[in-house]
Amino acid sequence: MRPFSQLLDALVYTRSRNGKLALIAAYLRAAPDPNRGWALAALTGNLDLKAVKSSAISEMIRARVDPVLYEMSRDYVGDLAETVALLWPPPPNEPPDLDDGTLTLATVVDRLHATSRAAAPDVLAQMMNHLDASGRFALLKLATGGLRVGISARLAKMGFAQAFVLDVDDVEQVWHSLTPPYAALFDWAEGRTERPDPSGTPFFRPFMLAHPLEADSVDLTDYVAEWKWDGIRIQIVGTGSETRLYSRAGDDISASFPEIATAFTGHAVLDGELLVRGEFQGGEAASFNALQQRLGRKVVSTKMQADYPAFVRLYDLLLDGDEDLRALPWTDRRARLEAYMPQLDATRFDLSAIIDAADFDALADIRAGARDAAIEGVMLKRRDSPYVAGRKAALWYKWKRDPLTADCVMMYAQRGHGKRSSFYSDYTFGCWTEHGELHPVGKAYSGFTDEELKMLDRFVRQNTVARFGPVREVEKSLVLEVAFDSIHDSKRHKSGLAMRFPRIARIRRDKPAAEADTVEGLKKLVR
Amino acid sequence: MRVVAVTIALRPHDQLAEPLARSHLLEGMAHWIEPHPTGIYVRPADAWIDPSIPRERALVTHGHADHARGGHGHVWATRETLAIMGLRYGTASGTTVGYGEEIRLGGVTIRYVPAGHVLGSAQIVLTHAGERVVVTGDYKRRPDPTCPPFEPVPCDIFVTEATFGLPVFRHPDTGSEIDRLLAALHANPDRSVLVGAYALGKAQRVICELRARGHSDPIYLHGAMERMCALYAELGVEMGDLRPATGVAAKDIRGAIVVAPPSALNDRWSRRLPDPITAMASGWMRVRQRARQKNVELPLILSDHADWDELTDTIREVAPTETWITHGREEALLHWCMTHQIRARALALVGRDDEEEEG
Repeated sequence: MRPFSQLLDALVYTRSRNGKLALIAAYLRAAPDPNRGWALAALTGNLDLKAVKSSAISEMIRARVDPVLYEMSRDYVGDLAETVALLWPPPPNEPPDLDDGTLTLATVVDRLHATSRAAAPDVLAQMMNHLDASGRFALLKLATGGLRVGISARLAKMGFAQAFVLDVDDVEQVWHSLTPPYAALFDWAEGRTERPDPSGTPFFRPFMLAHPLEADSVDLTDYVAEWKWDGIRIQIVGTGSETRLYSRAGDDISASFPEIATAFTGHAVLDGELLVRGEFQGGEAASFNALQQRLGRKVVSTKMQADYPAFVRLYDLLLDGDEDLRALPWTDRRARLEAYMPQLDATRFDLSAIIDAADFDALADIRAGARDAAIEGVMLKRRDSPYVAGRKAALWYKWKRDPLTADCVMMYAQRGHGKRSSFYSDYTFGCWTEHGELHPVGKAYSGFTDEELKMLDRFVRQNTVARFGPVREVEKSLVLEVAFDSIHDSKRHKSGLAMRFPRIARIRRDKPAAEADTVEGLKKLVR
Repeated sequence: MRVVAVTIALRPHDQLAEPLARSHLLEGMAHWIEPHPTGIYVRPADAWIDPSIPRERALVTHGHADHARGGHGHVWATRETLAIMGLRYGTASGTTVGYGEEIRLGGVTIRYVPAGHVLGSAQIVLTHAGERVVVTGDYKRRPDPTCPPFEPVPCDIFVTEATFGLPVFRHPDTGSEIDRLLAALHANPDRSVLVGAYALGKAQRVICELRARGHSDPIYLHGAMERMCALYAELGVEMGDLRPATGVAAKDIRGAIVVAPPSALNDRWSRRLPDPITAMASGWMRVRQRARQKNVELPLILSDHADWDELTDTIREVAPTETWITHGREEALLHWCMTHQIRARALALVGRDDEEEEG
């Protein structure tokens, strides 16, 4: 387990992408089978273990460590797995933090595979006793089903390609015909066998991305304008017999959106935006808030699918059958996409509309007047642009909508987690009702500099009027200018409003609290 | 013989940081030792322990800036601590108190006992009216080649630090951390390893531990380290071949260890080094987010403070009637004391929260 846990640690501490690739490559070259295959599965999110619930892990530690000390530790460290890994008491008469080498990654995976959910805590605890703090962290991350070491599946595959001097797209092509621990993949990579045959498997192609628009304008005879939708960018890859959905990072998210995967039966590769239809919005694309209900779920209930039905708004057609269209100019691909549309299920797929604007000024007006909650801004695509991987200068631009702002009054503050555990860094703020009361409208914990954080923290400590557990209520005197992407009706706050991505834009010490904005005023911004 | 009954700190969570001095006033109490936000006052001796503002008579445990300030009228400290203060503040005057030596001030017998924290660090043992109080300053229980080890002194009131007062802090074996540093160095002969270490104590300890592990190559120093290292050498701490990093060509630093204060790690200064691997020697490195926050690639868990097990073991060992916790994560240690039927209270001393640099 130690080589794997050391790899995970090193990945956490290494910032550079090349550094991470080198670490993964070195590990994959050195580690024996099948450990490295399981590691590759874990890094690419393909390790399918019956996940142990966080609550079971909490119970395990509460049975071994004073619960109050555990809570304090958790509050300080932030992450559950790390807290438990650090707190885990050594077995009686054993030195602490010793990986005794009896557990390999493969053993760990086998045991977790074989165990029932009920028996899992005991099996875990038994294994924890043989590991050091890093090993326990790795084990808990595996058991709870999410490594979160800042590695995408794509990056792990690139590390694999680098380890054995292969082309990552060749790896990508064969990937989906293989299963962990990928014996056939390593056999091919080390020259023992021929390359596995990828034909007929739905593999990922790298996305084309956009730069933020920095120029004051572009010529619309060269660029076409299209709405930028506020969902999840996805790639639909169908072979006719199988369909997979990939996220921007190349992660397979088919299982989270089964209704889309089953609705597409074609043989093509498409690029689009995954959105959910909100019933309360008259069947139109709902805000990102609604989509969040569906994100990150491995299993999706039918109720979830019914309440938040997903559909894809298509941007581009990369492959039609076996014909690769990526080298063609955008105009040609667009024509092919429009021609492709009629064969698709209209409840699940629609076409992203082109914005009809006479010139850039007209476009700016249209952008400024856009009311749809699902619009994040405008895309500008060169009409002759081929579909190329990554961000290429001057081909595609994104022109996001300006954020909205409101002057709010700080009401409550709470300490942050991890590196911010000593600071009051999470703020609840409110606006005035017509009765002169402050009602909370949102909560933010970003947007300020380190210096401003110190100032805010000091303000909270010096102006506390009441305490509710970890929450401090403060003197209602500090005005915060809050920026947010959009605002919605919500039951979350007493004001009946909720902001999307609120952040502190400025601290308005100059402004009297009485002059902050009103709830009524904010309601006018709801889309 | 105890004259004063002192309340047990069974106060609600949100009042733990309340200065004890205030509660004394509220309860109309007086004791010959008084904790104040600016230090601990020893009334019969009219002297302050580690005062954070200039005082006429100061008893100083060790040379770190949050304990030893400049501008006092008269200072009692070990020879090494006085030398360190002299280097930092230019105030060489003071009375040397050797380890184990007893002095008397206003009816209080005062003895300085090794704290094992840094060179010259001492616990201050005060005896008065049949009662013994130990003020640890900062301390650790692990061996440190730069200073004599902590000596536990049984007492009535034990005034302890709690920098790493959470059970997640369990410092690993020093040798294994030094081995990780050397392994990274040897695996990257074309790079250098830049070790962030506090200029007083940690830096010299890391160097000595490296020497003890057989690393005899020159070690390069950031300018801010040079004078303190020279003073250590003068006071008899052997550190081998040390050279200033300033003015040395990058190619000559390849494959070498460079020691710098933590603030220089991600500073422009480090750009001169050949593709440095950034390491940091601190107890805080035990927590991933802390290490990531400092942009550290090679976290070395190496502390000059007691970890959780050392704190709790030490309290058990000196078996005080009462434990006062001066600074750090006092809530957890306070809770531990309560659950082990040990009287304890938290003191809020100012200026003792700059935990991040040191540690």
